[in-house]
Amino acid sequence: MKKLIYISLLLFFAQDVFATIIHVGKEQNIKTIRQALLLAADGDTVLVGSGQYHEQNIIINKSIALIGINHPVISGDNKFEIISIKANAVTVEGFKLINSGVSSIEDFAGIKVYNGKDIVIRNNILENTFFGIYIQYGINCLIENNNLTAYSKIEQESGNGIHCWKSDSLRILGNNIIGHRDGIYFEFVKNSIIWRNVSEHNLRYGLHFMFSNDDAYICNVFRDNGAGVAVMFSKGLKMIRNYFEENWGDGAYGLLLKEISDGYIENNVFDRNTAGIFMEGASRIHMEKNQFIDNGWAMQIQASCMDVTVHNNNFKGNTFDVGTNGNLVLNDFNNNYWDKYEGYDLDKDKLGDVPYRPVSMYAMIIERNPPAMILFRSLMASLLDKTEKVLPSLTPENLKDNHPLMKPLAL
Amino acid sequence: MIIASNVSKKFGKLKVLDNITVNCTKGECIALIGPNGCGKTTFIKSILGMVVCDSGFITFNGKNIKHDWKYRENIGYMPQIGRYPDNMTIGQVLNMMKDIRGKKNFKLDEELINKFGLDEMLNKRMRTLSGGTRQKVSAALAFLFNPDVLILDEPTAGLDPVASEILKEKIIAEKNKGKLVLITSHILSELDDLVTQVIYMQEGKLWFHKSISDLKEDTGEEKLSRAIAKVMTQ
Amino acid sequence: MKKIIKYVIIDILRNKIVLAYTAFLLLISISIFNLEDNSAKGLLSLLNIILIIVPLVSLLFPAIYVYNSSEFLELLVSQPLKRKTIWLSLFLGLAVSMSFAFFVGAGIPILLFQATATGFMMLGAGLILSVIFVALAMLAAVIARDKAKGIGVVILLWLYFSVIFDGLILFILFQFADYPLEKMMVAATAFNPIDLSRILILLKMDVAALMGYTGAIFKDFFGTQMGLIVSFLVLVTWMIIPTWLSLRKFKHKDL
Repeated sequence: MKKLIYISLLLFFAQDVFATIIHVGKEQNIKTIRQALLLAADGDTVLVGSGQYHEQNIIINKSIALIGINHPVISGDNKFEIISIKANAVTVEGFKLINSGVSSIEDFAGIKVYNGKDIVIRNNILENTFFGIYIQYGINCLIENNNLTAYSKIEQESGNGIHCWKSDSLRILGNNIIGHRDGIYFEFVKNSIIWRNVSEHNLRYGLHFMFSNDDAYICNVFRDNGAGVAVMFSKGLKMIRNYFEENWGDGAYGLLLKEISDGYIENNVFDRNTAGIFMEGASRIHMEKNQFIDNGWAMQIQASCMDVTVHNNNFKGNTFDVGTNGNLVLNDFNNNYWDKYEGYDLDKDKLGDVPYRPVSMYAMIIERNPPAMILFRSLMASLLDKTEKVLPSLTPENLKDNHPLMKPLAL
Repeated sequence: MIIASNVSKKFGKLKVLDNITVNCTKGECIALIGPNGCGKTTFIKSILGMVVCDSGFITFNGKNIKHDWKYRENIGYMPQIGRYPDNMTIGQVLNMMKDIRGKKNFKLDEELINKFGLDEMLNKRMRTLSGGTRQKVSAALAFLFNPDVLILDEPTAGLDPVASEILKEKIIAEKNKGKLVLITSHILSELDDLVTQVIYMQEGKLWFHKSISDLKEDTGEEKLSRAIAKVMTQ
Repeated sequence: MKKIIKYVIIDILRNKIVLAYTAFLLLISISIFNLEDNSAKGLLSLLNIILIIVPLVSLLFPAIYVYNSSEFLELLVSQPLKRKTIWLSLFLGLAVSMSFAFFVGAGIPILLFQATATGFMMLGAGLILSVIFVALAMLAAVIARDKAKGIGVVILLWLYFSVIFDGLILFILFQFADYPLEKMMVAATAFNPIDLSRILILLKMDVAALMGYTGAIFKDFFGTQMGLIVSFLVLVTWMIIPTWLSLRKFKHKDL
């Protein structure tokens, strides 16, 4: 036992020899972080005690760990970028960063990474920052358990929560992002994962992908954002076990897919959105085991989509199941559960014997003449829908689920 | 008591009342007589305010009845066909009428109710009653509140002879108390011992308004029916 | 006035048609809530009942009742009563009875199984529609002397409000598709109490869909406090105007 203590003490001091710990705080000799950073060398740790720090712009250009104890507050005094990281292998942990500068020329952020590898940003609280965490040219960075809150009112004057640009192999885990322009923004980012984040009440999108390939987002919650989640001009994305909730309004979606190919959408829940999924120019998308509940439109597939397969999903309580704007359908629906299905199952194979047509007549009428929404659910509209079921004329002939499930899938 | 002066009424193109002027006084029992469609019922209805006349006016105790409704407190009306809400009982109908008339007339005249035996079937629903029983209810209601004026439209139609007799006696008794009674009837024979005056109408016009003795004298007939027949053939 | 209302209600509530109507509503709404595993679908069926059956029965029954009580009305008129009192009592008696039948038949199941915003809106709409169509039925009955004609008028009224009006709207929408018609559509609903009630219910039931596209315009109007108050006032106007017209007519009617 004694030996063990000696060894650990030895190890402790040994580390102290090679990597110094520098303490910063009111009671310490070193009062400011900037001063500590001047003294520090690669591999050192700067421990910051609690208190308020006003240090203008803190630039980290050494591979150090900057660690706050009890969330010391660093303010940007509404003028400065708070922490700028310009080295590899930097850790920033445990701070509360408030009031960054706001600029229409420069993208001020709470923490900004300029071209770095192996950077860890963890357990920080960011409040009222312009951009929250900004990564450009980052490789293998970890952004974990940060809380980002902004109070944006106008899209043009607000920044994104976690903004990533031209990066590779990022891990964005367990962050909470509220009130920014886009909760998480990806542009030219590849091989990255977004896992267990909550992004809500953002002005534009909860999550926004542009030109980012081979990424995955899993187990996130996107709630009540201006327009939901937008995934545009990207390839090979995996979207699994996410919640898309309460994205309401004109042009608001749970998930917007625009010019997307080779996507995989599985086990997500789309709950109370104006449109659960809106697809435009999407191709080779596979959707299964998703739940669409209480949406205005569960899914809107524009005629520009092809090779979209929709299998084994639940559609419940949606005002309209599927909307489309043309008669050309190159997509495949099969084995889904539709609560509006009125068919029968005589051979007891748990599949309906007659196909289900998820596009209703009145959905097509509203597509062509939006004010006709005013007659929705009137006797007139139901009569039209019933006639259409007998004699299809407006709805696309081959948009149908040939083998609808009789019972919902347990998901 | 009731004065009609120059009362006219048209239903569409048909003139049902043409310039009628009549004066009815207390203590008289007046028979309104005339062929079918001569305007008897319409005239009664205009007195009751159910039909609003086009020109002329009617006064009740010196007051114009137009825009008035209180005067009907002093009238008991028995319609030709009495129909009541199907699901009400006789008792409920009686109570409702008592409620409507209010408590001022606390001296109720329930003689007919008792004599017709209505008090023993107060729980019967109106839809289950025969036409005659309904007439009994109507008659009982007309007399119930001791009104100064009684207006009876074909009172004995549909009544059995016993009930008919009871009603006639009641009419005479009320007339003798000094009330004004207006009766229409087709069965002239039964009016003989009731009426004191006759109003004869034809095609909406008033032909004459005479006391029964004058009429008999003029025609030289003893029976009212014969006297009227003579007038009609003249 | 209270006295007559009391007796009219006693009479109507024992009426076989009203009892059958109540039982029918009760049966349908309880089976809707018990058999449908999906409550949204159940509410949809209930919506159809409120928008189709309630107006139809609330038109037909009072009209027939007024015709059947013509002799009783005569009797009442011969009593020391104002015609206004008689007519308003009859209206209130019928309106209360029909609303009560709806409340027992559909309202109580709604309160038991669907005490949500949608449920409450449906309950309110059903009660208001009952009263409005009683008023319209009485107007039709006082204008048309003949019973057969009156019932015909009442059925036409129902057809007009539930199908023809909407057909016209749809026709206009497609004829003038190039013009911005949204605001006009909002105004048009004021002319049909069934449409207005339907939209108020939709705002609770299909909020998500109504937030999109043009729906947002309806939401912007009807969804606001102001819009709700205006809609309510319009519905009240639909009760008052037919009643007032029928009363004016009844005051001068020869019985």
